[in-house]
Amino acid sequence: MTTTATSRATAAARGDARASGTAAHGSRKAARRRQLAACAVLMTPFFLLLLTVFLIPVGTAVSLSFFSDDQPGLGFGPERTVFVGLRSYAAVLTDPTFLSGLGTVALYCLIYIPLMVIGALALALLLDSGVVRLRSWAQLGLFLPHAVPGIIAALIWLYLYTPGISPVIELLGKADITVDFLGVHTVLPSIVNIALWSNLGYNMVVFYAALQAVPREVIEASVVDGAGPVRTALLVKTPLVRSSIVVVGMFTLIWALQLFTEPMLLSQSSPMINSRFSPSMYIYDAAFTRNNYSLAAAASVVLLMCTIALSYGITRWTSRAGSAEEAAR
Amino acid sequence: MSASHTTALRPRLLGRASVNTVVALSVLYTLLPVLWLVLAATKNRDALFGSDLLSLGDFSFVQNLRDLFTMDGGLYGRWYVNSLLYAVVGAAVGALVSVACGYAFDKYRFRHKEKLFGLVLAAVMVPQTVLALPLYLMASGAGLVNTFWAVFIPVLFNPFGVYLGRIFSHGYVPDEVLEAARVDGAGELTTYLRVSLRMLGPGLVTVFLFQLTAIWNNFFLPMVMLSDQDLYPVSLGLYQWNSSATVSPEYYPVVIMGSLLAIVPLILAFVLLQRFWRSGLTAGAVK
Repeated sequence: MTTTATSRATAAARGDARASGTAAHGSRKAARRRQLAACAVLMTPFFLLLLTVFLIPVGTAVSLSFFSDDQPGLGFGPERTVFVGLRSYAAVLTDPTFLSGLGTVALYCLIYIPLMVIGALALALLLDSGVVRLRSWAQLGLFLPHAVPGIIAALIWLYLYTPGISPVIELLGKADITVDFLGVHTVLPSIVNIALWSNLGYNMVVFYAALQAVPREVIEASVVDGAGPVRTALLVKTPLVRSSIVVVGMFTLIWALQLFTEPMLLSQSSPMINSRFSPSMYIYDAAFTRNNYSLAAAASVVLLMCTIALSYGITRWTSRAGSAEEAAR
Repeated sequence: MSASHTTALRPRLLGRASVNTVVALSVLYTLLPVLWLVLAATKNRDALFGSDLLSLGDFSFVQNLRDLFTMDGGLYGRWYVNSLLYAVVGAAVGALVSVACGYAFDKYRFRHKEKLFGLVLAAVMVPQTVLALPLYLMASGAGLVNTFWAVFIPVLFNPFGVYLGRIFSHGYVPDEVLEAARVDGAGELTTYLRVSLRMLGPGLVTVFLFQLTAIWNNFFLPMVMLSDQDLYPVSLGLYQWNSSATVSPEYYPVVIMGSLLAIVPLILAFVLLQRFWRSGLTAGAVK
């Protein structure tokens, strides 16, 4: 509606301009210049930031990965920076600790992302079904962990995983179940649990907001057609919030690939997590413990490429699935 | 008729009960760990390890609070003030910068606009760990490592805020308002400051809140940039205290109390600004 109004307004303005001739043309040009100047003023602060804390650092990371500090002779003489081509990449990609870190994150994504997306969507559909009591209280309760910083969520759960402090382990102990939450096979699920706990409610709210925006007539129509609440939820509502599912899935993926805070904290108490547990921890270790900048930079670029490739893959795949669905209708 | 009615009703009631059970269990899952934190904060060290959580016998909330603010010469108070400075000032400045840019993307036409916007969106994807080393080297070149600015400047950058700002200004600021202001002869920037910014209020608050959460959560960047404990935010400080706790357990009650206090500001912000961020989430997700 706004667009038609504006286009009518601009059409009228155009008519006026034609009527009054070249004088108006000149003033319009001046107005356009003023607008562009204002636009530049509004955008400059952000793009200065983009340049200094994004573009230059990305460029630096890429160029660092192609150079290395070589010490000539037996470590005597001045250090010099030499071009080493893809040597750092070869070093990273043949480093078993880096590859195992990539494998860990891949496994983590495979467990965490489906659980998160399906769990949050299911909760949102349940809340949207209209049979839940105290709906807004339930939403607030589910959302609460979002207000808990990541490091503190990890701290709380670390204590809940620690024998002697944890009431959970004590309760399980009374039922004769002993679980080592930080053991070799349990540590990854334990990290998944922390991330799930932190973000489930937030994503649920996103889905719920999208479901609220679904036109009520569509749902009424499906009820009239004889679809039960489960069928309505799965076959009518879920496809209608597909774009939210893609957005949530994408952000969850990007965050999951950066896995750092939780394992970093748990590593203080669990010998199962070494200092190169995930690619991000590998980068931190290479840069600030081993001071091997080119290795860290190459690992960063590899992580960046994985992120870009996976996000691009998701967008392509979902848009193709979307157009196939359109065609099927 | 009535027979089929009752048979249809029974599974519906059953469904209703199981739906409510699932939601109630999920709420318990999200609430109980926070409740544990609250209860644990009232315990002294012995009671904490005795894991007798519900006994009110040894209530030492006040003692823990006093210990927290006197531990290591009152460092926690400093960390708290630092976190507030980084998060509140950073989010306020960052939100203004991002929303102004998003508004310009919505209201003005220029060449290659969508390509430039694509660059902004691409910046959302880039992992922070990728930027950390170059940022550290740049800060060290500029002599800013281990200063307030090394953490404060990078957190101002919020490309997702630009995306939200564009959506909000499309939704909240009608183009007619700008046309009218131009006819009245008002300058573009004056119109932005006097008229548009006011209409963008709720959007601005949403972006502020998102960024406040992100900065308050920030852990990686301070860890890379700061070595002076006096500059730490709460997150990094508690991380360090927790690593000390594995050796000297007197840190446990302090870390728990410190964690409890650290979640208060965000909860307050979310409750007080509730009606703004809900609309913001809808805008961010639905479009």
